[in-house]
Amino acid sequence: MSIKPTPTRDGFGEELAAIGKLNPKVVVVSADLEDATRAEYFKKACPERFFTVGIAEQDMVGMAAGLASEGFTVVTNSFAVFLTNRAYDQIRLDVCYNNLNVKLAATHAGVTVGEDGASAQCLEDFAIMRVLPNIKVICPADYIEAKKATAAMLAEQGPFYARFSRAPLPVLTDEASVFVIGKANVMRAGTDASVIACGAMVSEALAAAEELAKEGLNVRVVNMHTIKPLDIETIVACAKETGAIVTAEEHQAAGGLGSAVAETLGQTLPVPLEIVGVRDSFGQSGTPEQLLQFYKLKAVDIAAAVKKVIGRKKR
Amino acid sequence: MSDKKYDLSTLKAKALQFRREILETLETAGSGHPGGSLSAVEIFVTLYGVVMNHRPDDPAWEGRDRLVISKGHISPVTYVTLADFGYFPKEELKTFRKFGSRLQGHVTKKTPGVEFNTGSLGHGLAYANGVAMAAKLKNKDFKAYCLMGDGEIQEGSVWEAAMTAAHHKLDNVCAIIDYNKVQENGLISEIKGLEPLADKWKSFGWQVIDIDGNDIEKLIKAFNDFKVTKGKPTVVIAQTLKGKGVPFMELKSAWHGKAPNKEQLADALKVLY
Repeated sequence: MSIKPTPTRDGFGEELAAIGKLNPKVVVVSADLEDATRAEYFKKACPERFFTVGIAEQDMVGMAAGLASEGFTVVTNSFAVFLTNRAYDQIRLDVCYNNLNVKLAATHAGVTVGEDGASAQCLEDFAIMRVLPNIKVICPADYIEAKKATAAMLAEQGPFYARFSRAPLPVLTDEASVFVIGKANVMRAGTDASVIACGAMVSEALAAAEELAKEGLNVRVVNMHTIKPLDIETIVACAKETGAIVTAEEHQAAGGLGSAVAETLGQTLPVPLEIVGVRDSFGQSGTPEQLLQFYKLKAVDIAAAVKKVIGRKKR
Repeated sequence: MSDKKYDLSTLKAKALQFRREILETLETAGSGHPGGSLSAVEIFVTLYGVVMNHRPDDPAWEGRDRLVISKGHISPVTYVTLADFGYFPKEELKTFRKFGSRLQGHVTKKTPGVEFNTGSLGHGLAYANGVAMAAKLKNKDFKAYCLMGDGEIQEGSVWEAAMTAAHHKLDNVCAIIDYNKVQENGLISEIKGLEPLADKWKSFGWQVIDIDGNDIEKLIKAFNDFKVTKGKPTVVIAQTLKGKGVPFMELKSAWHGKAPNKEQLADALKVLY
């Protein structure tokens, strides 16, 4: 059964509501964006456990910490930029330092936010979340995986940051696909190079591999849905078996998945690495497609990076 | 319930003893925050001696009232109080701020009896609201107290939380402002004044109790009023004196975050009241 491209936020909202109906310990604290994040599905399903604090992200995260300290599994939600930037001190101190069971669910990250422009296009959330102790950072690649990721983070104790998409993404996985936090999924086998991608970039990476196959290149594609804790074993295996790596993310090229992979390779098995991401720049208004092209986040850009990295391999 | 309740003369004696122990603990540590600890002594004595349900031998007891120390730097008065009420041995006060100690520079849950790690101002009230909301969800009647500094409420996040508590009618939240008039770099009134403070909280939908915060009897009455008030949160504006009890420290911002040395400790103990 094929499903049409769907925003991953829909998977988040549907699974959250479904779990909420079954688990009375799940509580949602919101800051007036639950319609856009799809947390409103939970509000409809479990109104007695849904609270809003209005437009006050710091307050949302602080209150979530208090509820979590009393044994609740607390889900907050907002656009990535407001959640991670506005409430950073609360995330650091209230949630991470106190190591509480708070889930930070973000939507509207990356340039695929589109027409709203740069202020809403968060491109630094992976960077600033993954440096905090105790928190796990995930970014599912499609609607089905978003459901599994939501269930997995709610089932696990402790702080989580999850990035979901506003843009419809092709559905690449199915109900039978395995999803384990911290364990990457190889989406396509290959030996000439590996593309390690997350979120919206996984389908672009697969398209790039498809194109490169026509030129006789055999490219592995890895869905690194968990940015922290990073699946070091899979990254080292890619380095060993393919000798060259490209990372791809809808995020600044600095500080995110590419940096995390570079840190790993540098300390284990250095091989040539190319990072596909936004180059020290804010976004702007446009259609998601126009912006992905402008910021060089398309399959064609990943394919060019693969050719470049293969060219850098030792003869 | 608390293991025992104390009469007024015992509570007053405790306050004097706590002030001495705060100064001694700070001198041993060589750093820390005397001013806001000394101003809040009666608040701690009253909460732990009379007002709050708590069990020192079972700090995680579900029925306890929760005190959130939002101004996390007043660890000296927090630790002296918890040690005195039996949460941990007094001997441990000597490890304050030392490597490996359960008594960190700013309060943390490593210390038995501490609910929430703090140290960045303006965080406690939103957290306390969450605790209070949880109490209502669980149909429990424990209270959430949140002690804030006066300078602390210059942080905007406090007012976000103030709006939330009133909107959600969290009558099991009691904010306490230690209004000691001084912040790190001088007088509050000169840096960014809070007045009219009672009116601000009233207009935010809170019951306001404005009292002498170094007067134990008045504090007891204020907290009793909080306990019987329904439908709105309560703020106790505790009018106190920074550095209270040591005349040469009183109202001096220099003693916000500086420990006395041996000589200064000796001088302080001679004049302590």
